[in-house]
Amino acid sequence: MSQHSFIESTLQAFTGAFSKALQSEHTANQPGLLQLLDPRVRVIGMLALVVSVIICRRLDVIAALLLTTVLIAVASRVSLVSLATRVWFVILGFTGLIALPALFLIPGTPVFVLPALRLSVSAQGLRTASLLVLRVETAATLTTLLVLCTPWTHILKALRSLRLPAEVVTMLAMTHRYVFLLIETANQMFESRQSRAVGKLPGSEQRKVTARTAGVLLSKSIELSHEVYLAMLSRGFHGEVYLLNDFRMRLRDYLGLTAFICVGGLAAWMGR
Amino acid sequence: MHIPDGYLSPSTCATLYAFAATGWYSALKRIKRMLATRAIPLISVLAAFSFVVMMFNVPLPGGTTGHAVGVTVAAIVLGPWGSILAISIALAIQALFFGDGGITTLGANCFNMAVVGSFVACGVYRLAAARSGIRSRRRVLAAAIAGYVSINAAAFVTALEFGIQPTLFHDGSGTPLYAPYPLHVAVPAMMLGHLTLAGLAEAVISAGMVSYLQRADLGLLGEAGNLATGSAPIPAMVNNGRSLRRLWWAVALLLVCTPIGILAAGTAWGEWSSADLMNAKTRAQIEAASGNHAPPVSVPTGLQKLSTVWTAPFPGYAPRFIKSPAFGYSLSAMFGAGLLVVVSLTARVIGRRPNARNPRP
Repeated sequence: MSQHSFIESTLQAFTGAFSKALQSEHTANQPGLLQLLDPRVRVIGMLALVVSVIICRRLDVIAALLLTTVLIAVASRVSLVSLATRVWFVILGFTGLIALPALFLIPGTPVFVLPALRLSVSAQGLRTASLLVLRVETAATLTTLLVLCTPWTHILKALRSLRLPAEVVTMLAMTHRYVFLLIETANQMFESRQSRAVGKLPGSEQRKVTARTAGVLLSKSIELSHEVYLAMLSRGFHGEVYLLNDFRMRLRDYLGLTAFICVGGLAAWMGR
Repeated sequence: MHIPDGYLSPSTCATLYAFAATGWYSALKRIKRMLATRAIPLISVLAAFSFVVMMFNVPLPGGTTGHAVGVTVAAIVLGPWGSILAISIALAIQALFFGDGGITTLGANCFNMAVVGSFVACGVYRLAAARSGIRSRRRVLAAAIAGYVSINAAAFVTALEFGIQPTLFHDGSGTPLYAPYPLHVAVPAMMLGHLTLAGLAEAVISAGMVSYLQRADLGLLGEAGNLATGSAPIPAMVNNGRSLRRLWWAVALLLVCTPIGILAAGTAWGEWSSADLMNAKTRAQIEAASGNHAPPVSVPTGLQKLSTVWTAPFPGYAPRFIKSPAFGYSLSAMFGAGLLVVVSLTARVIGRRPNARNPRP
């Protein structure tokens, strides 16, 4: 490990989070198929498709759902390259690695034998690994598509209209807002520590730096919660949470909702 | 440990959503009662803190790095109920906004990391810290142990969820439909990474933060829950007399109802003794209860060997010195319940936080 790689990789994680958020905001404001629909329809529709993917037990039906998702992504002007780098390759690397031993470990009818290793791949192992990878790929693509095409505030409003308690929606909204503030604060702390570091830090010192930064961040978070609370009180907050719901369903939203439910239902029925 | 969509069956997801929802409901109710209007900003900001801490790359002994969940620090500072909410909100943001962890598996992830993690972390920390002073090194060690144990407990529960999938959900050809590995593969595979890297990362960050807070912000380590104002008591520490009284009544009612257990005929499935496997009558019952699958002809060697290792003082809930089975059964229930009460009271006394001897500054 290079001397400050733990700081650098943490900073990279922070930058990655910012980059993802900015990308989502940019795509959500583009004109496209999903963006045209009411956010509630997007949330319900994508959720219906995710559930149908989970229910499906047939590879061809799940593959058809993945193809449908890709077509929706293209129609919504979501870059396939960004989907590939953000979802497909990551899932393939992670879930693929997990699924790989299943080819050899799951007992069943041998399909072929790896001559060098004398390991036989079973039909059952091949099917279970394919099912896992394809299902995870499709579900993750659907979720990412929802996030990329819907501003966070709209997702929250849609969740509220799906009867999620107002307190929970408010906490999700506030957490999302302060995540970026705290990331920025932690980013500055790590950067300033790195700029002052001369020579190689021993392992124990590296751990102390991380723990101290986390400790200071906790103290700052508590102070921040005091300030937010006082600000809320000054605006007349007395425990009740009200959220504006200015969404209006139009004909195309009803059509979109019907299409999502039909596709999801059909896939779940065919994939039994 | 963030389970993506597709690893767990719909019914497992629904069950774990129900488990997590029970935790969320109880936590929200308690936190709102204790912190009133302060709950929303406090939990939100601390959820944001947990989220950011999960992104920290923690340097570990041996030159590698790992990621912590931050559940132990949240549990120490907020108490288990506050921690459940903060970690769950952080996990929900990760799943919904960053695609880290699935939507259908959000209940499972929250149950494993937020509910199981928070309770184990809190319990282990209180037990290990015992009555030690607030500045004591023992508290740092307690935080490290709590961090290590809680992450491994959460990982173990996750591994169990993975491990039951192929047994419960497979098609006619025996192909597992979700997570493909059975318990004997899933548990060691999952625990290997957590017993080494992830557990260590959580231990390092928990111990390091407690050590830092002992020097810089002692108030956060005091009576947990005082963190916001120094006035609000921790929900878990509140001695709610009314709830306790109700609990005692419920225990008493259950004890009175224990003779109902005698009405159940036969032995519970899978709880057969060596003698049951040798007896023709019980063998017939076992066969009937097992879908007409005949039990093994002879007693398995392992069962035979282990059955003599420990002899219960009240075998079959029937103390030898009492002739009436009904009375013996009730007495066993009372003894068992009493033993549990004594153990929990002892744990409470041991785990009680330092009081006037260790005043907060």
